[in-house]
Amino acid sequence: MSIDTAPGASANALDATSGAATGRDILHRLLMTLGPILAALIIAGCILLVVGVDPLAYYGYVLEKGLFSPLGIQQTLTRMAPLLFLAAGLIVAFRAGMWNLGGDGQFLLGAVTAAASAPVLVQVMPAWLALTCSFLISMVVAMAWSLLPALLRAYQGVNEIITTLMMTFLGTSLANVLVKLVFRDPGTTVPQTRTLPVEDRLPRLFDTTITSGLVLGLAAIIIVHLVMTRTAFGLKLRIVGANPRAAVHAGLGVPRLTVAVFAISAGLAGLAGAVDIIGVQGNVRADWNPAYGLAVIPAVFLARMNGFAAIGFVFLLSVLSIGGESAARRLGVPNHFTLVLVSIMLIVLALAEYVDHRYNQSRKA
Amino acid sequence: MTGLFSEVFLGALLFGAVTAAVPLLLAGLGEQLSEKAGVLNIGIEGMMLAGAYLGFLGAFYSGSLWLGFLTGAAGGIAVALIMALLCVRIGLNQIVIGIALTLGLEGLTALLHHFQFSRSYPRLPAADATVIPLLSDIPVVGPAFFKHHLIVYLAVALVFAMGYLYRRTQLGLNLQAAGDKPAALDVAGIDVIRTRTIAVLTTGALAGLGGAYLANVGAGLFIPFITNGAGFLGIVLAMLARGRPVWVLFGALLFGVCLSLTTAMQVAGINIPTDIIQMLPFLAVMIMLVLFGRRASLPAALGIAYERGAR
Repeated sequence: MSIDTAPGASANALDATSGAATGRDILHRLLMTLGPILAALIIAGCILLVVGVDPLAYYGYVLEKGLFSPLGIQQTLTRMAPLLFLAAGLIVAFRAGMWNLGGDGQFLLGAVTAAASAPVLVQVMPAWLALTCSFLISMVVAMAWSLLPALLRAYQGVNEIITTLMMTFLGTSLANVLVKLVFRDPGTTVPQTRTLPVEDRLPRLFDTTITSGLVLGLAAIIIVHLVMTRTAFGLKLRIVGANPRAAVHAGLGVPRLTVAVFAISAGLAGLAGAVDIIGVQGNVRADWNPAYGLAVIPAVFLARMNGFAAIGFVFLLSVLSIGGESAARRLGVPNHFTLVLVSIMLIVLALAEYVDHRYNQSRKA
Repeated sequence: MTGLFSEVFLGALLFGAVTAAVPLLLAGLGEQLSEKAGVLNIGIEGMMLAGAYLGFLGAFYSGSLWLGFLTGAAGGIAVALIMALLCVRIGLNQIVIGIALTLGLEGLTALLHHFQFSRSYPRLPAADATVIPLLSDIPVVGPAFFKHHLIVYLAVALVFAMGYLYRRTQLGLNLQAAGDKPAALDVAGIDVIRTRTIAVLTTGALAGLGGAYLANVGAGLFIPFITNGAGFLGIVLAMLARGRPVWVLFGALLFGVCLSLTTAMQVAGINIPTDIIQMLPFLAVMIMLVLFGRRASLPAALGIAYERGAR
């Protein structure tokens, strides 16, 4: 029951059009990116009007809080760290034609693992070693969580969209169980894990509040991009993504590669959870689920699965989510609006691409 | 613990199972129809949420459950219209648009709910049941299966209507051809785009109806993210049912029991954390997929947009 609408296929078609980038090409691409974003802002603004919120005031507030205030931009850059890891994981999966929609479950289990292990490990070994171990354990746990969907897809052909989604529902609940029952800090009344002391967390960059996790995130997504575009391994994965049947005939071990893709993708999602805990939060509270995994999906699509473009869109998403959180407190517009805005962006962009494609075809004909 | 196997408990469990199964049944039947016609509908969760929200609005302001079901179905159709336009008519990627629709509707319904009801959380009065004479007098089973809102019986009847549609009618054959070999359908002079559009819109109506039932009858109120994966469970049902509507019914009842068990165990005061109980239905899904996933069959052209003359 595999379905041949590989996400990589559409990306490859897009890549094909980008040969030598001339000035006009770049302008065209910029227009094709900014135009839909603007259109989406206008459509989403109409929704704000309907519920009685001044869209200009809202957008202004979001930009001010997420981008132009010194504290806001630092928070935005800090928020980027986990989002970049998640985006990197999605790029691997999507380019290889696999819909890993289980990012949230993998993220939360990674986060809980980090929160459980780091405070214990820092007491017995030097901080740098403790944090590294914590990162690694989180990665392995998240990888293990993706094993069942991976095996089902690789050897039974069971569609991974459903299995990863189901594993996310399970993972979210399991993370809560772990926080409340297993790793609960006995010293607090609110159910939460033990807190990693601030001095043991990832260092902050220079004199700011920005976490150095940002650097790790940037490194992760750039490495992923380079591996996918410049190495033989990346090429293999893209072939699997473009046409699994052709990949079999090319002698590639598709089942093994499938498991590898899931492991890498989930491992990065687990690292995202770890970087958020070890770098920023310090602990996991019960019922904490920021649902970054779902929010990042549109950003990766908008970036056409290109690592560098994804950095830009993740930044945009960060601004929207940090600004949106302030706006939720101050203007009473719940955070859900960001979700609406991002999905409208995705639809408008897909539409714009179609129109553009059609226009090019008719010009050639 | 003593109440676990009492008649009252069992009755409540089964009644809850049927109530929980109806939205899954409607979503599963809808997804099955859409998949048969070649459109993988990941947006069904969004369609259910639209149906739940608008269905609640309709029932709340008109005071009539039936009007609520109608507005719910209309809400589902409205979302399906976007899907039909983008994925069937102009052939955009069904999975990308489906995800976008689900995410968008999750956000939109939560947003609108926040501005309208977040302070009051109004509830609808309990739905009046249509009691089927004689059958409902059977102990335990009777009240559990034969004292439901009329729409529940209609939903079960729909299972057989769908079976008839697929086996005995021209439209049913056309729908399946649109999913298996759209080019052949085109050559036969039937409009593939129109056939698939009909399927997607009907799916929207069924999903919207399921959502409306979930909010109006199941919960009696609308809360954000109320579907909690019901649409995705519908997709699983459609996958495992191998094109047979009756299997969707059985599957929906099975998952319904799991969902009902979660609430029943909480009510019975069994000392298991809610988070563990909540995992039950999804665990059941994974077990089913591990056991039967391989045997699921899907139409050949599922997920592939049809473009006339394209190679």
